[in-house]
Amino acid sequence: MSSVSDGEAQTGPERTGIAALVFDSRARSLFFQALLAIILIGMVVVAIQNASANLAEQGRAFGFDFFDRPSDIQILTTFGTWLIGYEAGQNTIWDVFLLSIANTLVIAVAGIIFATLWGFLLGIFRLSSNFVLRGFATIYVELLRNVPLLLQIFFWTAVLRIVAPGPREGGYLVPGLLQFNSKGIYGPYPIPHEGFASTLWALLAAVIIVYGFSKWAKKRQDATGQQMPVFRISAVVLIGLPTLVFLATGRPMEIEWPNFVTEGPVFKRGFEKGLGSYIAPEFFALFLALSTYTAAFIAEVVRAGIQSVPKGQSEAAEALGLPGGLSMRKVILPQAFRVIIPPLTSQYLNLTKNSSLAAAIGYPELVAVFAGTTLNQVGRAIEIIAIVILVYLTISLLTSAFMNWFNNRVKLVER
Amino acid sequence: MSDQNIFYVRTEEAPRLPAPPSQQGITGWLWNNIFASMADYSTPSKAISSILMIGMTLFTAYSLVWMTWTMLDFAIFSATFSDPAGGKRETCLANGGACWPFIQAKWYQFMYGFYPKEEIWRVQLSMVMLAIGTLWMVLPMMPARGKVAAIMLFVYPIVVFVLLNGGPVEHGTDDIGRIVAGVWFPLIAAGVCFAAWWLTRDGKMGDVAMALSPAMLMATVVLGAFAVLPLITLGIDLTLGTEIVETNKWGGLTITLVVAIFGIVISLPVGVLLALGRQSNAPIIKYSSVLFIEVVRGIPLISVLFFASAMLPYFLEPGVDFNKLLRAMIGVAMFASAYMAEVIRGGLQAMPKGQYEGGMSLGLSFWQQMRLIILPQALTTVIPGIVNTFIGMFKDTTLVLIISIFDLLGILSATLKDPEWSTPTTAYTGYLVISIIYFIFCFGMSRYSVYMEKKLDRSHR
Repeated sequence: MSSVSDGEAQTGPERTGIAALVFDSRARSLFFQALLAIILIGMVVVAIQNASANLAEQGRAFGFDFFDRPSDIQILTTFGTWLIGYEAGQNTIWDVFLLSIANTLVIAVAGIIFATLWGFLLGIFRLSSNFVLRGFATIYVELLRNVPLLLQIFFWTAVLRIVAPGPREGGYLVPGLLQFNSKGIYGPYPIPHEGFASTLWALLAAVIIVYGFSKWAKKRQDATGQQMPVFRISAVVLIGLPTLVFLATGRPMEIEWPNFVTEGPVFKRGFEKGLGSYIAPEFFALFLALSTYTAAFIAEVVRAGIQSVPKGQSEAAEALGLPGGLSMRKVILPQAFRVIIPPLTSQYLNLTKNSSLAAAIGYPELVAVFAGTTLNQVGRAIEIIAIVILVYLTISLLTSAFMNWFNNRVKLVER
Repeated sequence: MSDQNIFYVRTEEAPRLPAPPSQQGITGWLWNNIFASMADYSTPSKAISSILMIGMTLFTAYSLVWMTWTMLDFAIFSATFSDPAGGKRETCLANGGACWPFIQAKWYQFMYGFYPKEEIWRVQLSMVMLAIGTLWMVLPMMPARGKVAAIMLFVYPIVVFVLLNGGPVEHGTDDIGRIVAGVWFPLIAAGVCFAAWWLTRDGKMGDVAMALSPAMLMATVVLGAFAVLPLITLGIDLTLGTEIVETNKWGGLTITLVVAIFGIVISLPVGVLLALGRQSNAPIIKYSSVLFIEVVRGIPLISVLFFASAMLPYFLEPGVDFNKLLRAMIGVAMFASAYMAEVIRGGLQAMPKGQYEGGMSLGLSFWQQMRLIILPQALTTVIPGIVNTFIGMFKDTTLVLIISIFDLLGILSATLKDPEWSTPTTAYTGYLVISIIYFIFCFGMSRYSVYMEKKLDRSHR
């Protein structure tokens, strides 16, 4: 370094002109940023030019007018179909879009709920002093974490295909309630009559009462130390009040059962279409694969969280005489939650994103039906994929926002 | 106080008593690990939880035994092992267990796809090199592991590309001439830049020139890559004499490994750059990195693959079209880079500020600080996270089958459609074998990650 040997090392030479600019860190930073900006903008401009040239060559224009087109896409009957009331030929592409979002959300929510319950159970099993439970959880977690999800989805699809009776036969999944065959799972479908709204209002009222009651009970316990049997009273109110209203208004509901046809032409045998509630086997396979797979990851998250709670905490709970379940619920888990929630959020997001693997087995969610079938029919690759990316980003952002809010609630309140 | 007064105090240690019988040997183990959790009936709630525990233990033990037995029965006892008569599906239908002859018949496809049989040594050589290189990097007693890692990251992919794809020389000397003609300009330009760097680097040409010399070095490296890569591939190709094998003939484990290795090789340096970009004070650099990372992490890999396969062609020059496999690989690499960037950012943030300040006080430039001080430490601390990202990416390579590239799982799905082997158990046999292959890779990597985590754990607990 010449400046060091010059003997002016401490101050450095006064620089003027270009040299001053070159050695000014702010100028340098601005220069590199401008360079990056120019490169990025240039890439975008070239991409747009190319895209418009490519579109012009194919005789297409950029736009979202395809949403209004009628759609004749045949879509598997699922929750979204029921929600939108979709029928091929009757609805527009926009309805297909809404349907696919609804299906994505349903599989995500169902998967998240089951994966959370199962994952927490497995995570607690992994730390159990019981060798059988611990061994089972360890084997489960190691096996499911290290095999690709897509393979597991294929596996569950194949299992359902083998286990279920043929399309012209039926069997009971849950005796007296759920029937199934290789076409899907069939169950009762409640049809509300006029006056059922009052039962719903009663349910809402019950929820409000329970909420208020538990707040009051907590305040009372804080003040006097006396405990109320909150759980039992809440359960009674939650179940009892709506049931009473339901009976008082004269049972304004009808249950529609699936109808199993054994006579008539062969192709009409099996479960009658449109009667009862219905779960497609694709949904069930995807649900099983997603939730069992994610549960393995959640189990690890929960294990790490519980292990992060110092042992003294559980010993103190024991010293206070709290039984095992209560010390877990009141002492260990609330502290473990602080460690658990951030990675748990990313597992939820992973599950939501992984639901896009439905494209491989034909469950009609966003990627399968909108970025797949619709894209093939309409051919608007740029618009459709941009929309899909936006929808997933929105879902991700909303989930993170919610979990951040929850995280702030359970966060350690420090002085 | 005399000695007589404390005659009741022991002068030597009492013999150590053995642990009570209930805590020893098999009975003790059984008690501590199984029965202790279900033996407390002192209060009603404890009794309920003990009884629940008994139920759960019995149920879990039963399902474990049932699963093990079903598995053994399927894979061994009622399986079909050989098919001497060539009956294919009839032979397997007779037993009702696993159909191993199916695996024997399709094993070649599982491994190599539709790669021509006479060229197969090329794939095998690449795999052997991969195995040796990986073992060398992983085993602690091997010498020069860093250098081997650098070779595996930068040289190995080029060699494998020439090996698998075949080199640029197809039509004799014409091709050699074409390559040399394409190389001379970047070669000269790289030479000029190198000379410029050499002259300016020690400040004899003035401070301003010295400040610009790193840019010259970078230009030398980039131009040099353009000049040297074709020459290297040419050299390897001329030595090995490999013919071109189109990528649509590749398949099976070969594609899985190719996609995974490409992802690893790209995602590490790109991830480092993105992570540094995210930490930068310059807003444009920072927010473009943040945007890329957050967008890619917020969307599923499939939509990235759809983007690469359906949307990307629109953004290229009209008429320019490149290989489907390469597009999928770019998609996977983009995805992995975003995740890698977050892992590496964790390592960068874990560096104490004193490390940066120490670097600055030594008068190091930003890149010198990063290269000599920050990155070696930051990357080492996050090796477990990096390996976990690799595991995720290795599993995610299966998604390329959705844009109809036949990786290991894709080729299985394709062979399952073969009517000659269609039995109820063929699919399960295939899934079992493929899961075992994936499991070996992923479990191996996760063990390594755990080992590194233990080794790097500096906390003294």
